Parts: sequence; C-alpha cells; structure tokens
Amino acid sequence: MEAPNTINETVNAVYSSESRRVLATLIRLLGDFDVAEEAMHDAFRAALEQWPRDGVPSNPRSWLISAGRFKAIDGIRRRSRFEPLDETAAAERPSGDDPDLWAEPESVEDDRLRLIFTCCHPALSPDAQVALTLREVCGLTTEEIALAFLTPAPTLAQRIVRAKAKIRDARIPYQVPAKTELAERLGAVLRVIYLVFNEGYNASSGSSLTRHDLSAEAIRLGRILIELLPEAEAIGLLALMLLHESRRPARTLPSGEIVLLEDQDRSLWDQALIAEGRQLVTRALSTQGSGPYAIQAAISAVHAEASTAAATDWGEIVGLYDALLERDPSPVVELNRAVAVAMRDGPSAGLALVNAILDRGDLRDYRLAHAARAELSRRVGDLAEARRSFQRALELTRQEPERRLLERRIEELGASPGRNGEL
Amino acid sequence: MVRRLYPVSNGERSTRLLGVNTNLGIRMKYLCLVYLEKEKWHAVPDRDCANCGEGLRDRGVLIAAEPLHPTDTATTVRVRNGRVSVVDGPFAETKEQLAGFYLIEARDLNDAIAVASKIPPAREGSIEVRPVRELNP
Repeated sequence: MEAPNTINETVNAVYSSESRRVLATLIRLLGDFDVAEEAMHDAFRAALEQWPRDGVPSNPRSWLISAGRFKAIDGIRRRSRFEPLDETAAAERPSGDDPDLWAEPESVEDDRLRLIFTCCHPALSPDAQVALTLREVCGLTTEEIALAFLTPAPTLAQRIVRAKAKIRDARIPYQVPAKTELAERLGAVLRVIYLVFNEGYNASSGSSLTRHDLSAEAIRLGRILIELLPEAEAIGLLALMLLHESRRPARTLPSGEIVLLEDQDRSLWDQALIAEGRQLVTRALSTQGSGPYAIQAAISAVHAEASTAAATDWGEIVGLYDALLERDPSPVVELNRAVAVAMRDGPSAGLALVNAILDRGDLRDYRLAHAARAELSRRVGDLAEARRSFQRALELTRQEPERRLLERRIEELGASPGRNGEL
Repeated sequence: MVRRLYPVSNGERSTRLLGVNTNLGIRMKYLCLVYLEKEKWHAVPDRDCANCGEGLRDRGVLIAAEPLHPTDTATTVRVRNGRVSVVDGPFAETKEQLAGFYLIEARDLNDAIAVASKIPPAREGSIEVRPVRELNP
C-alpha cells in the first residue's frame, strides 16, 4: 500500500493527463456535458478514496470512465426511483458493463475529436465556441478564461451555460462530421484555435503584448488535433503557431516595449520550435488540401530561415502572398503583400500599393495600414505624411505597448529627419 | 487513420437511460421558419416549394409545411386584464419577414440543417431552425 500523499500525487498526475479524455468519453456515454462533468469529478473523488486502499488500477483511464459512468447511472436511478426507467437500467447493466468496450484507446481518441467538433459547432456563437473549447477540451476554469479574455467571469459562465443548453436542447450531435462536411467544419475548429493563439500572442487590448498561457493552450490544441486528424490545414496551423511562437522571446524587451521583426535579436529565436515548424510546413504543403494556414506558415518559415533581416528572401515572400491572395483574398493580406513588395522593390513601390488599398477605404480603421503608410512615407522622405499616418495609427490602437511604440516613432521623426532609406 | 476520420457515433446503451442528446433512434421535431424580404416573396416558384415539400413527405421527414401571406395581412391579438385587443400588424423591424414554415423530424441538429439547406427559399432569404420543445404538463 502506497503512502496517501504519493497516491494523491498519482491521482493529480492522472487528472492532468487523463481528465479531458475521461470527460470526452463520459459525455458520449452519458449524453450530457453537465452530467458527465459531475460524473468525472465523482470518479476522481472515488479514486482518492479507493486507490490508497486497493492500489492504483492497471488502466486508470478505464477505471475512471467506468466509475464515472456507474456513479452517474446510480445517481439517475436514485433520482428516478419511482419511474419505470429502473427496469431498463437493470436490463442494460450486463451488456453495458464491459469497460474495455467503451474505454478502448481508439474510441477514447475518437471521443476527444467529437468533443472538439461539438465545442466548435457553427451553430454556437464564435465567443461560445472559444469559451467552451477552452473549458471542456483544455480544462481551463471559467475564471482563467475570463481573465485571459478580460471578460467578467459571470458573463463567461453565462456564455458556457447557454452553449451547453443549446447543445442539449437543439440536439447538436456528439460526432465527427461526415467526410462531405469535414473541410468546412474543420475550418471552424482551426479558426477557434487560431483565435485563442492570437489572443495570447497579440493581445487585442490590455497592458501587455502577449498572454503566454493562451498561446500555449492553442499550440496544445493544435498538437492534439493533428494527432487525431492530420489534415493539411491543421498541420499548417500548428506550423504557423510554432513559428510565431519561436519569436516570442525577441518580440518584446524586458521593459515590455515591442521590437519589430527587422530589429529583433535573432539569436533569441527558439531554434527547436523553428525546426519543428519548418518540418510541419513542408509536410502541410505536400499534403493534399493545404491552404491559407500552410501558406502563412511558409511565409513565417522564410523569415525564420533568414539569419539577418537583410538576408530575408522577399521575392519568395511576395510569391507566397500572391498564392495566399489567390486562395483567400483579403485587404489585410494585400497590405502584407504591399509591405513585402516595399522590401523587395523599394519603399515607393510598396507605398503606392498601400495608398491604393487605403484610398479604396477598405482598411480605413485598421491601425496597421496607417502604420505601414507612415513607415513607407518616412522611408521615401515624406515626413509630414509619416507623422500624420503614425498619428492616425496611434488614435486607432487599443494596446499599451503599441501606443508607446508609435509615440516613439513619432518622436524619432522629429529628432532625426534625415533617417530614411535604411532598415 | 481513415477508419478514425469518419466514424458516425451510434446510440450508446446508457443514453436511453438519460434520454438525452446522442443519436438515438428517437427523432426530434424542428420548426424551419422561412424568412424572406417582401420583394422576394415570389422569387422561388411555387412549383419548387411544392416539390420540396413532397420530397420531404416521401422521405418521412415532413410533418407539415405552409407558405404565408406577407405581414401586412397579419393581425395581432392580445388579451390583457381579460380584454381582447386586436391590432393590425406586426410591423417587423427587420426587412425579412416570416414567409412560411416546415415542421420536420430529424435525428439531430446536423440532420435538420441538412434538410433546411435544401429548402428552396434558403437561396433567397434565410431559414431559422428551432428545436421543438416538449410540454411538461
């Protein structure tokens, strides 16, 4: 018999490695998120009581699934003592009691995928998809999610309750979509994962630039997803996230100031993440069905391959943006392409493209479009326009470090009017 | 891997016990509400709508379906303090108004969405899919 605190540690370790799998399978077996969650907690409570006495079972996962299922059915029986359900339950016990049947690894992995697709079902609002995925698939607490998204906890809790009620009442099925719908539904899952990543990588508001935990969760989700469903775009998204993540240590100074890509200390880039990301990009691009995520990852990989900013292969990057525009045309992609053109052909070529986009009115309220116009204007020596556009970008930003960066740029315009053409 | 890609979950033993959510043989009713702008009221030929209804009926999916006259033919009835009030309207805030309905039976929401996407006015307006609630008297 092991000492109680060793057992506690074991149960904790099993909780962190298995609780999401156990939950996913219990949702399938019990057909209800809340019932399954309660059953899972009951099962872990039972483990804390029984494992010190009986030893840790050889397959803790199926023990927990079996215990959770039994506790839930037991609870339902007790609640519905006077209803005829009892007989049905008794009759079903024998065939339903073979833990190997419902806890076999393949079907447990299928359940995780079912859970992901259900949480990211397009019939749920995008906000609810994100909240539910972080709650149910990643196991974050409501408070943690609320904090990460700067949303009041009661609002977030309400959002999750409503989403679960809709899953139940509208009967959103617990299944992986059929082949014909897979591409579209996978797109929704990838959007949720990328949104979580970006919220962590480039927080849309608040005092710091990045919120590492959210990015780490998104990468974890991305890894789970490609393990379960190695589709080209899922691989591409993971590659994209890893390559972005590799630059995190260089993106900000210890003081929190933003460092632009061309000014970053490339020795700080995480080479292990870059190596993995590049390998995944290659794999994604050679897998049928690769698309925007894989191409964006390729762009990021080209940056990662350059040992200095000046060594960047801008021709390759412009070509990749062309490919991206072909598949997924958007003004933001056009803007990024314009900046790459500026780096390849000189600032005036890029500025003409940026001006054309802004004149069309597409990105009038997009701070980065104005920042790009400002920077390129500065490089061609039009300091008045540079000042005006930095000012406009400053008005549009909601993020503290970005505000400081733009203020610094405006100050520099005044201090060194001759600083143009380099970078 | 392929085997794992497209499994369709079947009802599990225990779900009947709870009577919720997974794929049981039991089907659920959904009301598909058709919304159209008034200018598009007749954009879909009646023939197409009739064909759609017949097709759904043949597959045993349809319980009832009817097209409606526009809301300017509508009358709103209320009872307040025991008194009946009758007014013209309603006057919709939105441009699209209720143009008809299909009451269907489906396995789950995905199944209902598949049916709704085949209703011809989905191309002109929109279809709101609402699960039918059971009364608990």
